[in-house]
Amino acid sequence: MSHHNLRGKTAIVGMATAGVGEAPGFSAMELLGQAAVAAVADAGLKLQDIDGVFAATSSHAFPTMSVVEYLGLKPKFFDGTNVGGSSFEMHLLQATLALEAGLCDVALICYGSNQRTAGGRLVSMSEPQWHETAYKPRHPITAYALATSRHMAQFGTTREQLADVALAARGWANLNPEAFARGPLTKDQVLSARMISDPLTAADCCLVTDGAAACILVRADRARDLPGKPVYFLGAGGANYHRSIVAMPDLTTTAAAESGPRAMQMAGVTQSDLDLVMLYDAFTINTILFLEDLGLCPKGEGGRFVEGGRIAPGGELAVNTNGGGLSCVHPGMYGLFLIAEAVAQIRGDAGARQIAECHLALCHGNGGTLSSQCTAILGSEAVL
Amino acid sequence: MDTEMKAVGPQAVYERYLAEGRFMIQHAPSTGEYVFWPRVVTPQGATDLTWVAARGTGTVYAITVNRARHGAWNVALIDLDEGVRMMSSLPAVETALIGARVKARIETTEEGPRVVFDLIEEGAA
Repeated sequence: MSHHNLRGKTAIVGMATAGVGEAPGFSAMELLGQAAVAAVADAGLKLQDIDGVFAATSSHAFPTMSVVEYLGLKPKFFDGTNVGGSSFEMHLLQATLALEAGLCDVALICYGSNQRTAGGRLVSMSEPQWHETAYKPRHPITAYALATSRHMAQFGTTREQLADVALAARGWANLNPEAFARGPLTKDQVLSARMISDPLTAADCCLVTDGAAACILVRADRARDLPGKPVYFLGAGGANYHRSIVAMPDLTTTAAAESGPRAMQMAGVTQSDLDLVMLYDAFTINTILFLEDLGLCPKGEGGRFVEGGRIAPGGELAVNTNGGGLSCVHPGMYGLFLIAEAVAQIRGDAGARQIAECHLALCHGNGGTLSSQCTAILGSEAVL
Repeated sequence: MDTEMKAVGPQAVYERYLAEGRFMIQHAPSTGEYVFWPRVVTPQGATDLTWVAARGTGTVYAITVNRARHGAWNVALIDLDEGVRMMSSLPAVETALIGARVKARIETTEEGPRVVFDLIEEGAA
């Protein structure tokens, strides 16, 4: 097979999170700084080695400037692409391009948020859409509820199936000591949770937590000289058609149907090769939509696919093994935590939730209101 | 459209029409496209945009009910018969079935006028 010329050219050599769950008394940048320092140490490098900075947050208008200043860096290349929670899957691609072009040698991708302890609400710099405001949508949930209503009407998806997504996430979270929401959860509890935006209840929504994450990316040849087990970049792709949910062409099909094949083609892999699937589960409907759009089940079958614990621990397909945004961590922009879990699983560092023989992982980031879709494929040395 | 209208952008034109009690949408004769929400170019790239009165009839494409301590209100996406989609609400009902036929009216609220929809009774014209 002829491979894309970016496949396997870079690798994640350091990865860390900080303040996952609740981190009272710390600012978003302090948590981001902790994660960056830990990621650099994990890589066996020094902070001053970083010469490429990639960042997005929900609280910094100019995230790379803030990061550079805070960490005392003088990067040769920087990129603050903000496509919401999917930013970091896109940053993997941008960083790979910059590294491969020789524009930088050590790239830092980073994020931090203290939204839980700072107010307990989703923090967003997202501006209202003038043609929506008269109807008082409560985004993001209104948009996701609209998509759910359509999926139910068109394909017969049920609230019980949505609940299966939440239960699977909790099942994985119960194996992850870092997960914020742990403990027993029943289908009745999910179904009887407070209705917020029909048909989505509080139990269909992701958490509001604190948390920061950072990873270090270098060219593959250098990765082999560093102490840790490299996790290789194999492919990535983005797709985006809309900003407002009003302009989404079909509420039951996201642009993941394009970003997924784009990333998998670059990586030279197909769905059946994947050992781990990390999907941005801001709401339970996301997991169903992305399973369909990424080709892991036919369109319209996502609800039936997740029944019977198929994506829960012990199921056929390992999905969101950290517990996801639903039960592990969701500080506002979750995309880098998808990558953190893929790295942990590929390195074999995932403890009680470790899946056997994890060599190939797909991370799918979602940004806005099902707007930006970015998919990245990571793998171990065995699949290079 | 009068000269005064042409001196401002499509959003302002739409809002001025609405303030006059008129629900107007854009149409590009060169491509046959209708456009909502108003903008300066169509998805196919046409710029010969003119304003036409919306027929006002449409179909519920998706709907949710937002529930808060101070009350509940529905938010819907309506597919107008011209083939464009807009966010709106059906204030006269708690919710509606997807696929239900609806008819527009302009409602005046404290924040200004807005286009909302009512269900078209079965058997009615």
